[in-house]
Amino acid sequence: MIEVRLFASFRAGREKIILLDASIYKTASDILFSLDIPEDEVAILLINGRHSKAYDTVKDGDIVALFPPVGGG
Amino acid sequence: MSTSYAGKLLRVNLSDSTLRTEDLDLELAEKYIGGRGLGTKILYDEGVATVDPLSAENKLLLMTGPLTGAIVPTGGRYMAITKSPLTGLIASSNSGGVWGARLKCAGWDGIIIEGAAASPMRLHIEDGNAELLPADGLWGKTSEETESELKGIYPKASVLNIGPGGESGSLLACIINEADRAAGRSGVGAVMGSKNLKAISVIASKSSVEPYDKEALAQGNKSALAMIKENGVTSGGLPTYGTAVLVNIINNIGSYPTKNWQESYDPDADLTSGETMTDHHLVKNTACHRCPIACGRVVKVGEKTVGGPEYEVLWAYGANCGVSDIEAIFEANYWCNELGIDAISTPCTIAAAMELYEKGFITDEECEGVPLKWGSTDAIVEWTKRMGYGETALGKLMAQGSYRLCEHYGQPDLSMSVKKQEMPAYDARGIQGIGINYATSNRGGCHVRGYLISPEILGLPEQLDRLATEGKAEWTKIFQDLTAVIDSSGMCLFTSFALGAPDYAELINAATGTSYNADTLLAAGERIYNLERLFNKAAGMESDADKLPKRLTDVPIAEGPSKGEISKIADTLPEYYEARGWKEAFPTEETIERLGL
Ligand code: SF4
Repeated sequence: MIEVRLFASFRAGREKIILLDASIYKTASDILFSLDIPEDEVAILLINGRHSKAYDTVKDGDIVALFPPVGGG
Repeated sequence: MSTSYAGKLLRVNLSDSTLRTEDLDLELAEKYIGGRGLGTKILYDEGVATVDPLSAENKLLLMTGPLTGAIVPTGGRYMAITKSPLTGLIASSNSGGVWGARLKCAGWDGIIIEGAAASPMRLHIEDGNAELLPADGLWGKTSEETESELKGIYPKASVLNIGPGGESGSLLACIINEADRAAGRSGVGAVMGSKNLKAISVIASKSSVEPYDKEALAQGNKSALAMIKENGVTSGGLPTYGTAVLVNIINNIGSYPTKNWQESYDPDADLTSGETMTDHHLVKNTACHRCPIACGRVVKVGEKTVGGPEYEVLWAYGANCGVSDIEAIFEANYWCNELGIDAISTPCTIAAAMELYEKGFITDEECEGVPLKWGSTDAIVEWTKRMGYGETALGKLMAQGSYRLCEHYGQPDLSMSVKKQEMPAYDARGIQGIGINYATSNRGGCHVRGYLISPEILGLPEQLDRLATEGKAEWTKIFQDLTAVIDSSGMCLFTSFALGAPDYAELINAATGTSYNADTLLAAGERIYNLERLFNKAAGMESDADKLPKRLTDVPIAEGPSKGEISKIADTLPEYYEARGWKEAFPTEETIERLGL
């Protein structure tokens, strides 16, 4: 399973945590497509806590975290 | 020819109750911009670096910048500049709200407060007139009580005050305006308290200042507003979730200090996140003077509506104290504002006390009925009150900050501070650049001297690898210099998510008639940063003081997404000194000359 964590406005109309079958989703981009999140709306994409790109591959056991543009201090 | 500087400073001597108007040295003002820069210059030139911070010889400057009171986005901020009783070094704390704009519109660039009164006093300013009045009846009152009492007398005034924290000499005391905006850090409120000055109310009949070039400023304002509106952070993230949206981000990269930095990932962080606050507790947003961003929060606690906590506060009372009850954090944050104590250093000191308690150094007896247990909601609220009121022997000790507390128990390494000031909510083991900034910040542990989180985590203006060290020294220098400019200008640092040095140059030039470009403006920021360092040198800062707690350099992160990481500050610090033109932590003669110091 791949654990997808959604934050901030990405939670609107979706679950906070979504579990996906790793045999179907090969890249972060596949995940975004099925969650109906446009790639250009993702400001921070983390795979296992590391900043990643939509074309990066995902595998069983990965945690993918998605954030829209946010900031603070 | 007009300029957005008011051209006047008010010098208040509390020892002999005299008030004097002084002309602003315009040449000096332009060289050091205003606010933080000009305030430091005045403090340095008047020989304050060597005085005892809590003596009558220390001076407290409340300074506006050239854009405070001007028609620009967020143009309403002021800075409290003094010698810090917490660090013994330069203190410069920034605050929003409306008070700064009122002071400027009343015709003052700043107030220089010196001496000490024999009994509690307050200052009232109405445009060009100022008077000192007795404040015995206000002494002991909280921020809200002080504000509402003075508002009762002067309905059109903005009120700045200290709370019981500043009165009782807590080294974590801050200065509060509008009851919940704070010049929060480095104990600036303790200095005001040591002078027996309770409050300053200001009435201004104007609502903006006349700039040098009205048309150019209107144009600059328009394009700055457009950039703020186009930027996803300033138009979407900050207004919707406030700064607290960072809780989940920083936790998900495993750099979210937990239980006094013993861990760096909190599985329960979402319970105290910006999302949770917005979805379940938010009543409304609030904005400082002329701010289109409105990152402020108002939340409900029981029947009360109160100012909501910033990211740093949610973290410091939350994960750092092992607490996941967001309402308890609202309550504790409320008491920080009411009592006028720093909502970062106060909870961080409680976290240090919790570790001392866990390890058996603090006894149950010393806790006097409120054990300092991880996760205790009672403990965070009650110890905040005890620290703010200076109650119980341990509460008094904790009110002096985590360094003095941990040193008292022979455990100084348990204080997660730099130069005796507590570090904020980002573990520098998993974010290399922010560690350089913590170590070299002139006011001790602080994120807003050079907010490397922006490029290292948020990808603004570009994404850097948070674990890499290469190039981070230079990035830190640029961020620190630009921040010194923004802090000196009178605008809010958060505008820098959308604006860059050329935009600030355009606004400052239109307001004052200066001819800064991006490079010369950054050089002015560099001058300010170096002057602060010279102040610290004169104040006795040791050349090995730019360091991080041992936990960050010697103990790898144990679990979570940044497992195994450690701060590589030993490698990056020499690069930073080289980029700055410093030798052994201080500017070389060459650097001093290059910057015209
Ligand atoms: S962005 Fe937030 S802190 Fe800054 S001026 Fe606006 S409301 Fe105040």
